[in-house]
Amino acid sequence: MRRTNRGAGQINSGSMADIAFLLLIFFLVTTQIATDKGILIRLPPKPDPNEPPPDIKFNQRNIFKILINSQDKLLVEDEPLYDVSLLKDMVKKFVLNNGKDPNLSDSPSDAIVSIKADRGTSYDIFISVYDQCEAAYNEMYGEKVGLTAEEFRKLDRGDPDQKKLYDRAREIDENGKPQFPKQISIAEPTKYGGS
Amino acid sequence: MSKFKKSSKASQDIPTAALPDIIFMLLFFFMVTTVLREVELLVNQQLPLATQLKKIERKSLVSYIYIGKPKNAKEFGVEPRVQVNDNFIGTKEIVQFVLTEKDKLDESERDQITMSLKIDKETKMGIVTDVQQELKEANALKVLYNTPRKVDM
Repeated sequence: MRRTNRGAGQINSGSMADIAFLLLIFFLVTTQIATDKGILIRLPPKPDPNEPPPDIKFNQRNIFKILINSQDKLLVEDEPLYDVSLLKDMVKKFVLNNGKDPNLSDSPSDAIVSIKADRGTSYDIFISVYDQCEAAYNEMYGEKVGLTAEEFRKLDRGDPDQKKLYDRAREIDENGKPQFPKQISIAEPTKYGGS
Repeated sequence: MSKFKKSSKASQDIPTAALPDIIFMLLFFFMVTTVLREVELLVNQQLPLATQLKKIERKSLVSYIYIGKPKNAKEFGVEPRVQVNDNFIGTKEIVQFVLTEKDKLDESERDQITMSLKIDKETKMGIVTDVQQELKEANALKVLYNTPRKVDM
């Protein structure tokens, strides 16, 4: 018998690209870039039940009060505020007052921004208010070391040079305590609006 | 006859033999970077936007809590619920959840655990505060309000 030798068998690879494309498109569509970004906060530790809560008298002028009711309306320093984006400059003015205006803070280290929401407040408005306060502080820090708020936020504290800038902006003293701390407090919400 | 007639013998075809390789390269890139969702979302999630974001460097320290209206409203109602892993839990069970998450970490890193809260923007602050209270109780004090970036217009 004679075999018909037609040479090495070849697989038609012309459609290989098509198959690869198909897979590629599948992964393109299903990929979601991980979004682990957000506003990082540190909760205060749980109060010790054996110790009475420390009775600290705050001077009223040093607290910047932001109230949000269940209708998502804002009351800032006892005045209604309709535009959340104005909040940033108000916070900055309050913190950087240094005792000039008797209604605003004594010094940046005393200034506290207090956000008090209601149980019926929407999370959306709360985040935008908190974001404004963060932005105010980031801008103030940035201005002190000649960066924009954006650049300041991206400072990497692992890098010694950048950490120096960061510490300078926050005026870290020899005990490691910032003299220009970021004090944004989230108060226990009121219950008027129901849950 | 024309002097300028070129005897072009070069082939006009673009060699496509390497095309599959290029595509495969892209394919592998996407295959490697793709993270498949570990949990199936049972709640609606439309996160609020913010500008002052921080990135989390170490993914291993992050645990997720999802809050929002259940997708399956017939079965679970329309009130926002808390979801961890693949099921709904009550706010009181969060302490337990945090403890199991902490157990997965190295002893030295347990207090650095970061809870990433993915909260629908329609959610009311009441439930958010309740969850935060429980996190305080469980001594998980680093909290990330997970928000995508808001693009300034």
